[in-house]
Amino acid sequence: MKKSKVLGDISSIETMGLVDGPGIRFVVFLQGCPLRCKYCHNPETWANKEGNIKMTPEDLMEQVLRYKNYYGSDGGVTFSGGEPLVQKEFLVECLKLCKKYKINSAIDTAGSTNDYNEILDLVDLVILDIKAYRNEDYKNITGKNIDNSLKFLYACQNKNKKMWLRTVIVPGVNDTKEYIIGLKNFIKDLKNIEKIELMPYHTFGIDKYKKLGLPYKLDGVKPMDSDKCVELQKILDNR
Amino acid sequence: MDYYRGFRGDNWKDKINVSDFIINNYTLYEGDDKFLVGPTDKTKKVWSKCEKLIQEELKKGILDVDTKTVSGINNYAPGYIDKDNEVIFGLQTDAPLKRIVNPFGGVRMVRESLKAYGYTWDKDVEEKFTKYRKTHNDGVFDAYTSDIRKARHVGLLTGLPDAYGRGRIIGDYRRIALYGINFLVEEKKKDLLELEKVEITEEIIRLREEVSMQIKALGEIKDMAASYGFDISMPALNAKEATQWVYFGYLAAIKENNGAAMSLGRTSTFLDIYIERDLKEGTITEEEAQEIVDQFIIKLRLARHLRTPEYNDLFAGDPTWVTESIGGLTSDLKPLVTKNSFRYLHTLINLSSSPEPNLTVLWSEKLPINFKKYCAKISILTDSIQYENDDVMRPLYGDDYAIACCVSAMRVGRDMQFFGARCNLAKALLYSINGGVDEVKGGLIVEDIDKMDDEILDYDKVMKSYDKVLEKVAKTYVDAMNIIHYMHDKYAYEAGQMALHDTNVNRLMAFGVAGFSVAIDSLSAIKYAKVKPIRNEEGITTDFEIEGDFPKYGNDDDRVDEIGVNLAKLFIEKLRKHKLYKNAKHTLSILTITSNVVYGKKTGATPDGRSAGVAFAPGANPMHGRDASGALASLNSVAKIPYAGVCEDGISNTFSITPNALGHTEDERITNLVALLDGYFKQMAHHLNVNVLNRETLIDAMDHPEKYPTLTIRVSGYAVWFNRLSREKQLEVISRTFHEKI
Repeated sequence: MKKSKVLGDISSIETMGLVDGPGIRFVVFLQGCPLRCKYCHNPETWANKEGNIKMTPEDLMEQVLRYKNYYGSDGGVTFSGGEPLVQKEFLVECLKLCKKYKINSAIDTAGSTNDYNEILDLVDLVILDIKAYRNEDYKNITGKNIDNSLKFLYACQNKNKKMWLRTVIVPGVNDTKEYIIGLKNFIKDLKNIEKIELMPYHTFGIDKYKKLGLPYKLDGVKPMDSDKCVELQKILDNR
Repeated sequence: MDYYRGFRGDNWKDKINVSDFIINNYTLYEGDDKFLVGPTDKTKKVWSKCEKLIQEELKKGILDVDTKTVSGINNYAPGYIDKDNEVIFGLQTDAPLKRIVNPFGGVRMVRESLKAYGYTWDKDVEEKFTKYRKTHNDGVFDAYTSDIRKARHVGLLTGLPDAYGRGRIIGDYRRIALYGINFLVEEKKKDLLELEKVEITEEIIRLREEVSMQIKALGEIKDMAASYGFDISMPALNAKEATQWVYFGYLAAIKENNGAAMSLGRTSTFLDIYIERDLKEGTITEEEAQEIVDQFIIKLRLARHLRTPEYNDLFAGDPTWVTESIGGLTSDLKPLVTKNSFRYLHTLINLSSSPEPNLTVLWSEKLPINFKKYCAKISILTDSIQYENDDVMRPLYGDDYAIACCVSAMRVGRDMQFFGARCNLAKALLYSINGGVDEVKGGLIVEDIDKMDDEILDYDKVMKSYDKVLEKVAKTYVDAMNIIHYMHDKYAYEAGQMALHDTNVNRLMAFGVAGFSVAIDSLSAIKYAKVKPIRNEEGITTDFEIEGDFPKYGNDDDRVDEIGVNLAKLFIEKLRKHKLYKNAKHTLSILTITSNVVYGKKTGATPDGRSAGVAFAPGANPMHGRDASGALASLNSVAKIPYAGVCEDGISNTFSITPNALGHTEDERITNLVALLDGYFKQMAHHLNVNVLNRETLIDAMDHPEKYPTLTIRVSGYAVWFNRLSREKQLEVISRTFHEKI
């Protein structure tokens, strides 16, 4: 493959992602994120240009293709992060290569930049993390305003993108029936939504904060009870 | 009687050819699992009695043993569990779980086993076997060379079957159902006559003696069946008889022998032909069909052999390896899946999860999707299935092979295997640095190897020395195998099992290696990083300092994976330089079952940074904690180790994943597991054990075994009840790489 000049800044690679999109997926965790979500379990991906691996889109694609046998009809690549939209140029090149080699592509994003038109034209599936549907909640969780995320959501809708929506449920933050009903209301008119997943908050990320010397803002908050999460999911699914 | 009513084809009628019978008569099933039914009352009654006995056995070590009788096909009175509710009959001795004393392999094993469980051997029998009857073990030690004794002592060669039955022989038990004993005897008599027409060489004398013993054994199988009230001289008339006839064949094998692995073969699709005929004739219902299968499986779950606690410690959990191969394709690439393939797997639901029989699915991309999904579903629920790639084995072994033990393929009734232990490749590598001296026990084990005093190890120099060590070890290894199998044939010949093989059987001799990934990573460290040995006063390495990083096996990195491929090739080439007993063919496996823990314990620190005594990774698995880019990278590394032409006795890989990492819903988990198996095997990988469980479950089961009476996990090539593992092995299983979702 001819190598392009743009280098991706990759935090890590998981060759067997089974829960970040349909089927078996090669998950690329891209470095850099404008948000600082309280429950983030990948704080090592926050800072720009501190990634572990620098790679051309072609080199990355060469790796992706090594696992082609596993993707079957559903699987493929998911670009996660960090915020994958941050590395727009690299991502666009990667998505072009996915098209070329007929690999299904997904981005796992919070929609937190404002330059993604080209990406949306190329990507097969958008997995959007709905941090919150009200600005004050959004700001509380991420430290940023909701505007970008909303604009991104409507851009996806305008382009008729196939979408999965996700929300992390944190005890004492958004684990109430009222919140879920509000969420249900927020998404009720959206189209092309294949799936809405509530993801129970877990504490596996805490050790990473200690290693990075970062304060953990949800200290003392227990992991979300998965049974309760299933109950909330039922309310949401009951459309 | 019209035994063959409704059956198609003629070739199989005049000459023994079970495979031809199957191809002509089986009914492919491509539907889903909805037809399956639960256990009948009879089955529930019988199984609940067995469960109680098994629980009692767990507490006591063994339930009982017959110390007065000597193993043999027809040496025990008939035994029953619950006669009125049993559907398939026959036990090894006159009572369930009562074990057999088999002294033909060696008396030491018998004495030690009995002593460990508080029994004493009948004086009269013991005297016969010490004064008047020589055993396999006696013969082997008469002939062992000094090199073999040394290699055995330090654990360079381990698991040599020189004190008990060798096992890994699969009789074609289906032949009894299809032809009846009388026909089989006639065929053997014809063979014996043919063996008069040739020059009577030593080889022919031996064969004539063996065939005569086989004919006698067939008579004993018939008499044993008669003691249960069945006449098996003629073919089976219906499904119940066919299953019973097959079981009598297998039962004879486990009455006569105590081999490490006493596998069943490939019976489900064969028996389905009889079930389909009965269903069509309206003589049985689906409930009765499942009842026959359930009750057959119950019997298989009760097979036991008398072993020392040390043996159980090495292989974990009193294993018998009643391996049954299910699925696969015909040579015309048509799936050999029938409803009975489902019924066999369904016993894991009807009778709850169990390591035995060792259910092995012969996977192919072309298997019906509904069957694949059902396998995945049962795997996720029970962790009791192993998967082996039909697409790599079929070209070598045709479409009627079965797996013996964990990963050893052989054509049923056409091939037999001389099973052959393992060589510790990690220890051999240390010998190449330490001048052939054992790093743990001391003493010169391999002669003419230069001791290295380099401050930093040089890859080329180490490889040259390693080559020389392996050359010598290969000779010692072949010598040991040839002696063992010569003596086994002489003193503990498996007449009953061999009677269910062709007279001119094709022989495979299966060598094995352990410490594979440790040897690979060590060589990679020496090649790509700076490895500085730390030596004691005698100049023997006690540890290694590693400066810099090096590629590790399990990351789909060709630089290191290539080292593994070449190492496997190198070792089989060395073995092939030596002629084998009875002109057997050399094969090689990378399989340790659970012995990786004990082998690791006996091996000093290695250049990959592994400390002395630390467990090896099992089979061909990468060392745990060394894969940095996830499970597929690890699977891809193992998939590169070639099967055809190199490791034709199998490449074992064990894979553990938590349910949440496999998918959010049951459907997702099933779909993902199917995709995973398809993907792995498409790359011509050979074997995969699948465990879907939480690390927390295992930790809880360690502390509260009573909560998990049937928790089964797959280890290298085999499944065990978790509660039967020693605490050390339980911890080792838990420490292994689990693929979790973070």
